[in-house]
Amino acid sequence: MTAKTPSYFNEMFQDATVRSPYEGLEEWARTMPDEFRTLKQSEAEALFRRIGITFAVYGEGGDPDRLIPFDMFPRVFSADEWRRLERGIKQRARALNAFLTDVYGRGEIIRAGRIPARLVYQNEAYEKAVAGFKPPRNVYSHIVGIDLVRTGPEDFFVLEDNCRTPSGVSYMLENREIMMRMFPQLFRDNRVAPVEGYPGLLKRSRACGAPEECAREPTVAILTPGHFNSAYYEHSFLADMMGVALVEGQDLFVEGDFCWMRTTEGPKKVDVIYRRIDDAFLDPLCFRPDSMLGVPGLMNVYRSGGVTIASAPGAGVADDKAIYTFVPDMVRFYLGEEPILNNVPTWQCGKEDDLKYVLDNLADLVVKEVHGSGGYGMLVGPRSTKDQIEAFRLKIEENPENYIAQPTLALSTCPTFVDEGVAPRHVDLRPYCLVGETIELVPGGLTRVALTEGSLVVNSSQGGGVKDTWVIAE
Amino acid sequence: MTLLARHADNLFWIGRYVERAETQARLLEVGARNALIPNTSGGFRNEWESVLSATGANLGFVQKYGDDIRQRNIESWLFFDEDNTSSVYSCVLAARENARIVRTALTSQTWDALNGALQEIRELKRTERSKLQINDLIDWTLRQAALIRGTVEDTQLRIDGYDFLNLGLYLERGDSTARLLDVKYFVLLPEIGYVGSGLDNYQWRTILRAMSAHRAFNWAYGGEVTPRKIADFLILNRKAPRSLITCAEEANWHLDRLARAYGRTTEAQTQARTILAYLADLSVDDIFDEGLHEFLTRTIAEIAALSTTISTVYLSGETR
Repeated sequence: MTAKTPSYFNEMFQDATVRSPYEGLEEWARTMPDEFRTLKQSEAEALFRRIGITFAVYGEGGDPDRLIPFDMFPRVFSADEWRRLERGIKQRARALNAFLTDVYGRGEIIRAGRIPARLVYQNEAYEKAVAGFKPPRNVYSHIVGIDLVRTGPEDFFVLEDNCRTPSGVSYMLENREIMMRMFPQLFRDNRVAPVEGYPGLLKRSRACGAPEECAREPTVAILTPGHFNSAYYEHSFLADMMGVALVEGQDLFVEGDFCWMRTTEGPKKVDVIYRRIDDAFLDPLCFRPDSMLGVPGLMNVYRSGGVTIASAPGAGVADDKAIYTFVPDMVRFYLGEEPILNNVPTWQCGKEDDLKYVLDNLADLVVKEVHGSGGYGMLVGPRSTKDQIEAFRLKIEENPENYIAQPTLALSTCPTFVDEGVAPRHVDLRPYCLVGETIELVPGGLTRVALTEGSLVVNSSQGGGVKDTWVIAE
Repeated sequence: MTLLARHADNLFWIGRYVERAETQARLLEVGARNALIPNTSGGFRNEWESVLSATGANLGFVQKYGDDIRQRNIESWLFFDEDNTSSVYSCVLAARENARIVRTALTSQTWDALNGALQEIRELKRTERSKLQINDLIDWTLRQAALIRGTVEDTQLRIDGYDFLNLGLYLERGDSTARLLDVKYFVLLPEIGYVGSGLDNYQWRTILRAMSAHRAFNWAYGGEVTPRKIADFLILNRKAPRSLITCAEEANWHLDRLARAYGRTTEAQTQARTILAYLADLSVDDIFDEGLHEFLTRTIAEIAALSTTISTVYLSGETR
């Protein structure tokens, strides 16, 4: 195991020395026999399969129960590093919610000329249906997933925000469970801050978002698109951990001013819906009429305060890639603070100067669709052939507004088990910030790792894997 | 916590599919043993045909294999075939898919047993067929079903979900016992002269064996095996765990629990009580007077009607 590729920040090795958060892992990894590692790797896979932690990749056929590759080498942060991240993440979550309250209210930030009105009000994710409506406690985005990358010891950048329904938190929890089960000694030797409080915090933050007139213990339900959805495991896992019902649209109906679920004993009133489906599918009467996933009339009940929907319909306008550029401004505007976490410099292809720069430098840039997700529809310039670049150029020229570009970041690497032993692989991080009465962040998150040598794309749909993410307690 | 009607339906079907998988294995056992003795009228072909008839899936078999009723084809059809919605594989897959949907209502042990069964049968499916003995496949199925039932009994909370799962199981078991008994009538009376002959007894004994009940039968009745004793044992004996009356008692017990828990009695309880009361008053002579086959056909229909009622009052989500 040696430190190489000096152009990337290696989170474990600084030249020949081991950085302090990783000290407890050096000997563990160095002395692990190959056979033992192979054995443990297959043990981990068997555990994932047994527990049923699987996902489906859309439209590819094959085994419907696919596993996300799990890398046993943990990714580690020191308490100091985490403290700063935590402050930055919570700050950003506050600003994003303030922005949502504002743009569905008076629109001060637009009046002040800080964000162009067009980008907000003509944004596909802006829901006119909820303009003027204030959700309980002014919380729109109850779970903010903030994707971070690191390029140096002190250099963290926000790659994107996820204000709607960020997924992957079950991996954060299960990866830890599996690591603790397979390597108990590691956890005796290292003081790893626990993440298991997450479901409890999630339930508490959901329940405190209940409609104000709800006097009893609120009934919370998770709304899933159904068991064919690739993230169904996560939905059922969270329902299980929170002790709440896991419902599909067909289980709910609207009557009077409330939303009810169909139980074996008859209808039961639902106070809070933690939805894991997109706005467009929530209510066929309000949004897409062809949606079979939602509940007819739900939006009316929502607007009259009969039920809380988390995250609030319309929250997506805050995590749109075109709005992303303005988040640091939001922090300054609403909180009067300087942003603790920086954005990645971003060019908007909709702007003439930016477009010119992007087209001139395609080979060095990462270009993304404004509304895309999952690593689909993007160009990684330095890793693409000339033909791919030219093909993408045509797509951008056709509809420049639809694209943004960012420099190819020198993503940090973390040691990762590969066939030949241990090698550095690029990683990112998604922590999950809960917004309720208070703002909470469990010490950890989901580290995604690009398992292919040299690859910078960490999405699971593109061959990425996951790692357990440690924060060393003081 | 309240139970979603849809999830109650999933639990009900887990019970049904697990039991159904077991029935397929028991039918395979009947067929395989019956095929070991020569039959003067139609070769072993008859025994296998009767097994197919009893599954109610013979049409699908004919569509796939024509009239090539070879043991190997039937084994494939009843054990592995995905086109056969009642094959052991299809049942295990369906039970596990229902479990996946309703994961939040299952303990990790119950999930593990259901999910483990699917992983193992997928492995079996990939195994070269010549390496698989029919008896091992049968034993595997019975073992998995026992494991799943065991985890349900030992780990599930005694709440409504537990009752729905068991209702599915006992309704399916009643149906299955009736069908296994009926095999006898598909296979056994090609010529009236065989009734009561040595051959006939052998086949009756096979039915008992398939119900894992031949020793229990000897303990309970002793002496000669007669159709009357067997019918009494498998239909009217409350000591026999798979008898129709036992299934009816269990279904009643779980329905009564639901009525108490929900503070409400429905048409399902009434219907189940009627079936139980009828069986309790019945003698084996009544059954043979009506005709065993006729009695079984009618019972299968009554079980189906009860199942429909349970769906309507509890599982449809239309309850008010």
